[in-house]
Amino acid sequence: MTTSERLRRPNVPLALRAFNIRRHALRMARVQGQGYIGQALGVADVLAACFFHALNYRPEDPQWEGRDRFLLSVGHYAIALYAALIEAGVIPEEEIPTYGADDSRLPMSGMCTYTPGMEITGGSLGQGLTVAVGMALGLRRKNNPAFVYNLMSDGELEEGASWEAAMAAVRYRLANLVCLVDFNGQQADGPSREILLTVPEEEKWRAFGWQVQRVDGHDLEAVVAALEQARGSEFAGPRMVIFDTRMCRGVDFLERRASAHFVRVEPEEWDLALAALERSRPQ
Amino acid sequence: MSPESARRDCEPRRPQPNAPVLRTAAMIASLDAEGYELVEAPFGHALVDLAGKDPRVLGLTADLAKYTDLHIFAAAFPDRFYQMGMAEQLLFGAAAGLAREGFLPFATTYAVFAARRAYDFIAMQIAEPGLAVKMVCALPGLTTGYGPSHQATEDLAIFRGLPDLVVVDPCDADDILGMVPEIAAHPGPVYARLLRGRVPRVLTRHCPDYRFVLGKGRLLREGADVLAVSTGLMTMRALDAASLLAEEGIGMAVLHLPTVKPLDRELLLAEAGRRRPLLVVMENHSVVGGLGEAVARLLLEAGAVPERFRHIGLPDAFLEAGALPTLHDRYGLSVKRVAERIRQWLVGGGRTSP
Repeated sequence: MTTSERLRRPNVPLALRAFNIRRHALRMARVQGQGYIGQALGVADVLAACFFHALNYRPEDPQWEGRDRFLLSVGHYAIALYAALIEAGVIPEEEIPTYGADDSRLPMSGMCTYTPGMEITGGSLGQGLTVAVGMALGLRRKNNPAFVYNLMSDGELEEGASWEAAMAAVRYRLANLVCLVDFNGQQADGPSREILLTVPEEEKWRAFGWQVQRVDGHDLEAVVAALEQARGSEFAGPRMVIFDTRMCRGVDFLERRASAHFVRVEPEEWDLALAALERSRPQ
Repeated sequence: MSPESARRDCEPRRPQPNAPVLRTAAMIASLDAEGYELVEAPFGHALVDLAGKDPRVLGLTADLAKYTDLHIFAAAFPDRFYQMGMAEQLLFGAAAGLAREGFLPFATTYAVFAARRAYDFIAMQIAEPGLAVKMVCALPGLTTGYGPSHQATEDLAIFRGLPDLVVVDPCDADDILGMVPEIAAHPGPVYARLLRGRVPRVLTRHCPDYRFVLGKGRLLREGADVLAVSTGLMTMRALDAASLLAEEGIGMAVLHLPTVKPLDRELLLAEAGRRRPLLVVMENHSVVGGLGEAVARLLLEAGAVPERFRHIGLPDAFLEAGALPTLHDRYGLSVKRVAERIRQWLVGGGRTSP
């Protein structure tokens, strides 16, 4: 799977990429004094491994036909994907102060009609995987070897359409489809295990016919290995990687308060958060 | 609650000795359109023709290929047909994904399931990004006797509310045959109602040079006393009622508007401007949110208010189950009932309820 596209990227350690993604996200959230910063900090390592290891794309040409399609089903994670797209050079860093502002290309919930590199309009949860099925079918029809990656959340597994798509992906043996679940255990009304019974996740997806891996979403080596395996495996069907993550990862005082879907940050705390993150800058 | 509904009383029923035996066909039948040539599965055949010319065309369904005439396409192009199972949200999400990859998907199901079950997917994955998915959905309005679970009496209202979506209600086989290449050529999303199975050929019978043009209406018949503004199968009712009324010396013009959104504003205003004493909108849809309200708003805004405005549509109620001909009579969609009400309105001038 190593391609020229990946080799074109400068050799920056993934840990530093993840750090930069967190920093971009914090700077964006500071603009509006709000945002799904807990999710962005939590998924940053997974996004770093995706955008700087797994995915093929051309920053200067987000619609390049050979790109891997990265679908953000979780629209409220937009701040995280913007941060990754900034780090990847798809969106200029100068746009950070426009996050969530009027006429911005970076709205609070991700929409394909606004932002380069945003493949779909997410936000109405449970839709991404159905579109991913169609795109994976379409790529196969075109003999295009690109992959479709769909990023969803653990809460999103409660949407019935996720399971419609799960069946179709197996029915059509979509070996070019990788579903990524950011399992942070939180949803709007509380811990996801207390809302509806998505557990046991791995067994359910395996029973549906998927190849399933589950790894620590902050162990970059493990994340990279899982993405490699998801892509390189000979398995004749769709692949699922569940990443266990912690909301607010990387900012110690926020991480301690990360027991809610929407983490409250006081106005004076944004600078403190950036300073706290800075202390964890990789060498 | 609607006083018309029989569902409220649960008394046992005794078979009526002379009642006709109902067959399934009477409940989900091809339309009651006596005297017209019937065309077999016009949508399926039109799609096969189109697919022969355009390799981007794909067909998807949610376990209703045989009931949306898509089986014709599936047999002709098995590798371009996708069975998505009884999963309408997946159906439209996957169609969006295929459109994103440059294909031209035609997705079929029943209108109720598209409008009610899959609406959010259609709104966010198809309409908002403006993708060229063509949604062709059977059993529109009152075209089945199965009752509210299958009767899409409010689909036009639902889909008219969706920005950037073109909404089409074809009248007959001519409309369907003409519609398929026209909606394929439109660069954005389209919702089209479908008449399936054996579909009457009506429009070219009355108007030999008729041709479906997306976004355009057509005056099919002249008449000085009444202007019928109709869409979908009610245009065949209007044409047949006009023939009946003509024998009595009543002249009814029939303006067919198969594209419900956007409306052919220019033609509608031109015909409304001819000041016939009565303007009647006719649609196979609830009186809420369909063609009638769209036409009324347009006429009011343009200051083209007709002397008298009336509306034939389905009542704002959950309709009954039963045989289609009975139900069309009961709810005012039959030729006989249409003609009756127009006579009444011309003479009496007042009554508006069905």
